Amino acid sequence: MTATASDPILKVEHLSMKFGGLVAVGDLSFEARRGEITALIGPNGAGKTTVFNCITGFYKPSEGMITMTRRDGTAYLLERLPDFMIPAKAKVARTFQNIRLFSGMTLLENLLVAQHNKLMQASGMTVLGLFGAPAYRKASAESRDLATYWLEKADLLDRADDPAGDLPYGAQRRLEIARAMCTGPELLCLDEPAAGLNPKESLALNTLLNDIKDNTGTSILLIEHDMSVVMQISDHVVVLEYGRKISDGDPASVKSDPKVIAAYLGIDDQEVENVLVEVGDEHVIEELDGTPDPEHGPAASASMMAGPISETIEHAADFEGLVKIAPGASKADRVASGGTPDAPEPPSGSTLDDDLTLIRGIGPVNARMLREHGVTSFAQIAAWNEADVAAVEAYLEFDGRIAREDWIGQARKLTGDPAPGDATSGGRG
Amino acid sequence: MATQSTASSAVSRGDAQGSVIADALKEAFYAGLIAFGMFVLIIGLKTDQNIRNELIVVQRWNVLIAVVAIVAIGRFIFSAFIWPEVERRRAVAGKKKKVVAEPGFIRRNISVIGIVFLFIFPVLAVWLSGLQGSLKWIDNFGIQVLIYVMLAWGLNIVIGLAGLLDLGYVAFYAVGAYTYALLGTEYGLSFWILLPAAGAMAALWGVLLGFPVLRLRGDYLAIVTLAFGEIIRLVLINWREVTNGSAGISGIPKITFFGFFNFDVSSPLYIGKVFDLPTSGVYYKIFLYYLIVILALVTAFVTVRLRRMPIGRAWEALREDEIACRSLGINTTNTKLTAFAIGAMFGGFAGSFFAARQGFINPESFIFLQSAIILAIVVLGGMGSLIGIAIAALVMIGGMEALREMQFLKIAFGQGFTPELYRMLLFGLAMVVVMVWKPRGFVGSREPTAFLRKRKAVSGAFTAEGHG
Repeated sequence: MTATASDPILKVEHLSMKFGGLVAVGDLSFEARRGEITALIGPNGAGKTTVFNCITGFYKPSEGMITMTRRDGTAYLLERLPDFMIPAKAKVARTFQNIRLFSGMTLLENLLVAQHNKLMQASGMTVLGLFGAPAYRKASAESRDLATYWLEKADLLDRADDPAGDLPYGAQRRLEIARAMCTGPELLCLDEPAAGLNPKESLALNTLLNDIKDNTGTSILLIEHDMSVVMQISDHVVVLEYGRKISDGDPASVKSDPKVIAAYLGIDDQEVENVLVEVGDEHVIEELDGTPDPEHGPAASASMMAGPISETIEHAADFEGLVKIAPGASKADRVASGGTPDAPEPPSGSTLDDDLTLIRGIGPVNARMLREHGVTSFAQIAAWNEADVAAVEAYLEFDGRIAREDWIGQARKLTGDPAPGDATSGGRG
Repeated sequence: MATQSTASSAVSRGDAQGSVIADALKEAFYAGLIAFGMFVLIIGLKTDQNIRNELIVVQRWNVLIAVVAIVAIGRFIFSAFIWPEVERRRAVAGKKKKVVAEPGFIRRNISVIGIVFLFIFPVLAVWLSGLQGSLKWIDNFGIQVLIYVMLAWGLNIVIGLAGLLDLGYVAFYAVGAYTYALLGTEYGLSFWILLPAAGAMAALWGVLLGFPVLRLRGDYLAIVTLAFGEIIRLVLINWREVTNGSAGISGIPKITFFGFFNFDVSSPLYIGKVFDLPTSGVYYKIFLYYLIVILALVTAFVTVRLRRMPIGRAWEALREDEIACRSLGINTTNTKLTAFAIGAMFGGFAGSFFAARQGFINPESFIFLQSAIILAIVVLGGMGSLIGIAIAALVMIGGMEALREMQFLKIAFGQGFTPELYRMLLFGLAMVVVMVWKPRGFVGSREPTAFLRKRKAVSGAFTAEGHG
C-alpha cells in the first residue's frame, strides 16, 4: 500500500506453466514485498493454484524464474530446488485448498511433524536421539513449546491431544496454518484459507493472519475468493485471469480497475459502463472506451483459452454467488462481514445516486430498471405511496414483494442513516 | 458351516417374537437339515478303490451324523445363548457410550505381564512337562511364534508405520538367512559377528529395492515388492554355484554362548560338560528361545523409541499424507528408504536366527506364503500396534501348532484325519472372524507419540492406514 523501501521477498519473473497445449500461466511477473500480505485473486481457473504449485515446488514451471530472498540476504531460485527443500531451505510454507492434515495424528503431533528437519538435526539423524542425548531432549522440549505457542494462537490448545481428523472444518484450517508456521517460514502461502468458513471463523482467521504478519514478520501470499478477507487484510493484490496478470496494486486501486470488474463480472463493455456510471468514475469510463490494453488485456492474449471479454459472460455468470465483487452481491458481503464498516472513503461522485441494491430485495437488474425509470435515490423510494408501489410492482412484474420485503422501510432507514459506503457500493469489493 | 448359520439367522430375524429356546430349537433343526442336505453326498458317501481296483462307495454315516449334530447343536447354542447375550451387551454399550471404561489391571500392564511370561515360559514348560517333553513347547511353540512376532514387528515398521504395502518381506528374511548360512559355513564366522552382518545385508537390499519403487504407492508398490520377493527366491534356486540351489545349505553352525560354552556334544566346551549336566538337546532350544525373546524385544524397543523420534513421526505422517509431508520440508525419499531399510534389517536378524535354529535352509522356506502369513499377522493385529501383532502371531502360529495337538479330532473324523492340514482353514477363519468383529485388527487404535495433558488413543477411524 505504501511505497516504503520494503524489498521484495518473492520475485516471480516471466513465469509460464504449460500442460501440453494448455497455457495455465503465461508470462506472469509480480513481486511480494517483505512483511506484507499479498493476495492473488482471479476467477476460477485463472491459474492461481498453478502459480502456488510452481512457487512451492509441486510443479516445475515451463519457463521463468522465481526468486526467494531470505531475511539474511541469501537468494534461492525456487524452480531449481527439489520440492522438499523449498520449505526446508528457502523457508516457504504452504497450506492446501483441500485441507491436508495428518488426520490420524493428534494436533500436537501434526505440529511436531512440521518441525521434522530441526529435530532430525538435533537428534543426530536419529542415532543420538535413540540414546537420549541432552541436545535432543532440549530441542524436543523447545519444539513442544513452539507447538504449544501456535496451538494457543490458533485457539486449539484445549484440543491438543485429539486427532486432527476430529476437528471441525474451520479449526482444521487454522491448524493447517499453525502447522505451516511451525516450519518457521519467512513466506507463508495460503491457498484459499477462508473457503468454507462461516463469518465468525473467517473473522478469527483474519485475526490470526494479521497476528502472524505483525508478530512474526512472516510475509503472506494468499489465494482467496472471499473478498472481505482480501480487502480487509491484504496490502497488495495481484489479479489473474486466464493465467495472465490483469491488475496489480493496492486493494483500493485494484477494485476500481475496469479490467478486474470485467473479469469478475464477465459482462460486456456496455454493462461495465453502466456499472461505472453507477460508481460515477468518469476517468475509468474514458479509459474503458479505448481498446483493451494489449499488454495484459485478455483480447490480445496468446493463451489458447483467452478470448474477447464478451466471451467470458457465460462462465463468469456462475461465479456471481462466490465472487463478492459483483455490485448485486455487495450486500451479501456486508452481511457476511457482520456489518463491519470496511468500505472505503466515498469518491467524488454524486451523493444523490444511491446504490439501490443495498435494499434487500433489489438486485442489479431491478436497480437498473428502476434507474431507467428515474428512481435513483433512497429518498424517492421512501416517499412511495401505495399507488406508486402498485405501479412499480407492475413495472417490475412483482406481486406484493415490495411490501413483503419492506423496501420503503429499508429506504427510510437508509436515508435517515446514510451508511458511509452506500454511494459507492457498486465499486467496492 | 457359516452358510447354514447365515441361512438360518435370516429365519431367526423374520421371527423375532416367541420364546428364545423354541426359536433356537427350530433354527437348530433347520440348520441340521441344511447341513444334512449339503453334506450327505460330500461326507456321508465317499468313493474309493478296493483291492481289485474297483470303484466302490464307502458309507460314512457316523461322520455325517457327527457333522450334522455339530452344526445343529452349535446353532442351538448360538441362537439360544450367545446371540441374546451379544444383543444385550450391545444394548448396554449403546446406553452408556459416553463413559470411558477405566482399563483394568491386565489391560494396563499387558506388556509387562507379557514380557515376564516370556521369560518364565521355558521354566514352566520344563516344570510341567519334564526336560524332554518341554522341547515341543519351547521349540515348536515358543521359538516358532516368536520368530513370526519378530518378523511381523519388522514388517510393521514398513506397513503399519510408513504405510508402504510390502508383499515381498520374506525376501529380506531369506537374505538374512543365506548371509548367515553362507558366511557361517564357508568362513566359519561366529553368529555374533554375522547377526549384524545379516541385518546390514538385508537393510542394503531393502534400500536397493526401495530406490526403484520410491515413486510407487498402494497396489503398484505391492506388486513390485511381490515380484522382488519372487526374484530373490528364484535367484536362490538357480544360482547353484553359490546357494546350492533347491538342495539348500546344510550343516549351518550352531550358535555358541559367546564362545564360553557351546551346544555341540562332541566339543570340550559342551554345556553339559562345562556345567556337569546330563546330555540333552533342550539346552540349545532354551538358549535359542531366550535369544529370540531378546531379539524380538530389541525390535519392539527400537520400534517404540523410533516412533517417538522425528523419523518415526515422519513415517506415520508419510502414511497419512505424503504431499503434506513434502510441503513441510520432509525428505520423503530418505524417510521411505529408512523405513524399508530398518524393516528389512529386522527381517535379516530374524533370518539369520532362523538359519541357525534350523541348521538347514533351502529356498522352499522363503515362499510367498510366508510373506502372506506375516502380512496377515500385521493386519490382524492392527497395523502399528505391537501388542496386537504379538497376540495375532500367538493366535495364528500358535493355533497352527495347536492343531497338531488335536489328535482327539480323529475320534470324530476317522483315523485318516490329519488336523495339521487344516491350518490354512484356521487362518482364513480367523481372518474373517477378526475382520468382521474388529475391522482394524485386535488393537484398532493408535497410541499418540506425544501429548500435552493426557494421552488419548486415536481411533483407527481417523488414521489413513491401508491406503499406502
